[in-house]
Amino acid sequence: MNTPEERPTLAVWKFASCDGCQLALLDCEDELLTLADRVQIAHFTEATRATVAGPYDVSLVEGSITTPADRDRIMRIRQNSRLLVTIGACASAGGIQALRNFADVSEFRSIVYARPDYIETLDRSLPIGEVVPVDAELRGCPIDRGQLLDLLTAMLAGRRPHLPDRPVCGECKLRGTSCLLVTGRAPCLGPVTRAGCGAICPAANRGCFGCYGPIGDPNTAALIPALRAAGLDEDGVRRIFRTFNAAAPAFADAARGEEGEQR
Amino acid sequence: MVVLTGLTELVARLRAEGYRVVGPTVRDDAIVLDEIQSADELPYGYGVDAAPGRYRLRRRGDAAAFGHSAGPQSWKQFLHPPRRQLWTADRDGGSFTVTEPANPDERLALLGVRPCDLAAIAVQRRVFGEDSDYARRIDQAFVIAVNCTEPAEVCFCVSAGGGPRADTGYDLALTELANSRYLVEIGSETGSALLSQVVYAPAEPGDIATANDQIRTAENRMSRALPDTDLPGLLRRAAESPHWDDVASRCLTCGNCTMVCPTCFCTSVVDTTDVTGDHAERWQGWASCFDLDYSELHGGQVRTSGASRYRQWLTHKFGTWHAQFGQSGCVGCGRCVAWCPVGIDVTAELTALAATSDIDQPVPS
Repeated sequence: MNTPEERPTLAVWKFASCDGCQLALLDCEDELLTLADRVQIAHFTEATRATVAGPYDVSLVEGSITTPADRDRIMRIRQNSRLLVTIGACASAGGIQALRNFADVSEFRSIVYARPDYIETLDRSLPIGEVVPVDAELRGCPIDRGQLLDLLTAMLAGRRPHLPDRPVCGECKLRGTSCLLVTGRAPCLGPVTRAGCGAICPAANRGCFGCYGPIGDPNTAALIPALRAAGLDEDGVRRIFRTFNAAAPAFADAARGEEGEQR
Repeated sequence: MVVLTGLTELVARLRAEGYRVVGPTVRDDAIVLDEIQSADELPYGYGVDAAPGRYRLRRRGDAAAFGHSAGPQSWKQFLHPPRRQLWTADRDGGSFTVTEPANPDERLALLGVRPCDLAAIAVQRRVFGEDSDYARRIDQAFVIAVNCTEPAEVCFCVSAGGGPRADTGYDLALTELANSRYLVEIGSETGSALLSQVVYAPAEPGDIATANDQIRTAENRMSRALPDTDLPGLLRRAAESPHWDDVASRCLTCGNCTMVCPTCFCTSVVDTTDVTGDHAERWQGWASCFDLDYSELHGGQVRTSGASRYRQWLTHKFGTWHAQFGQSGCVGCGRCVAWCPVGIDVTAELTALAATSDIDQPVPS
């Protein structure tokens, strides 16, 4: 065991999010104690109120930027972090709360809050990468525990983390799941969605809902006829692209295209 | 030739001999390949309706075990496993030890290998070479071929140089007759020795003629064909064809065609370390030339467009495979046509390339 001073410092930060991705770190039960020997957990309020002042070697950032105060805070965190890694769909793409990006936020504010003038919020839910430079992204809603551990162990070993840019289809094939679209079992975003989850939803007979967001060059236009053939109507196609990665540009464009067709 | 009535005893005998029996069975609305404990798990009475981008099981009017065409998997699932450990390394003070996993001594019995898949196994064997784990696995395996009497609408083995009759590479070859009777041909001494341990009957008059008729009928039922032309030459001339952009507009680049292809063999390697940093592992896993990061080198990816990746796949499979391995990489099983979620058909794409390619144009050197 290294002395605390020799261990790299790890900080975990939360913005607009549900805490589920931070829980993935606590969920590393078998590895957590060993990990705590290797890194100094300097800031992680989900786990401990004790905090250590920065700068930090690695900051894991959960959540999206939705207020001016959050925007200032992420800038300070970036200045205090050697590596900044976003964890989850909120931090990487804006999350489910980015549905606000497609509507009038001032109208929501006036309907929801008794004193809307108390509320200071941005018009859009922003991914972290739109405000500050990001060194790596862990995709997913929530993130995969295995990918998180790989990232942390890669950092400790000084190697590159394994974050493949390939579609979920490859992971279905590796585990022997037959294609849901081709067998007509369910609409599936697997062909345009980045792998990393291990294709858990298709293996449970459930179409991929795209929580890892788009691959590097998704052909959503070619997928839409297959989604329709699998039972989605135009509104269904729009909705399947408008979930946890609604604001990821490729998915936003696909949903917008369907809106255009509806008009 | 002899006839087996039912396959129960054959499967039980193979298991008693220590083989892990792998064969077709129904799972997730498809006929997959998996380990079976007994012949009861075979997909009796199931047929398949396959079309580009579409695969549906249907009930047949009989109890045929092999009345179905190629499913979502090929035998590479077992002979060229999706993931395998190459080595582990452990740090011990100032040095470290590298351990390679022991060669698997598991013996597979492959039950129901179609002639197209026998051809694919021969192709992969040539790719990996005689001194390979692949060659060891297939040499240790007991192969029971089944002549094809039920091609799918997506099949084109005849135009790929094959056919529905198994001619080599098996220990036993079956032709399924009516009422769960199987005409057996012996392909090896191992096959002969195993057959001698189960109850069989001499073939009845007419059995052989019936089997031959069924296979001939299958041969004439191919509804698809590769263009009858010099495909390697065509693909060299077509390198700059605008047709690649046309395919790319339809292609998802999901790589499903490569994963279901019984000859595609590409892999990538991943290194892992544990939290202590004292233990590392190297794993090999299936990869696809359609993956964006498959062609990643220092500085970025080489094939960034869908068009360039589709061209790479088709050109390797039907063109440069000849230069590399002395044969075509396609056996005409039709899986890539059926299991493409958007139904892209290689026979149609090659035909379109042939129609638009100028034969008189000199081949680029």
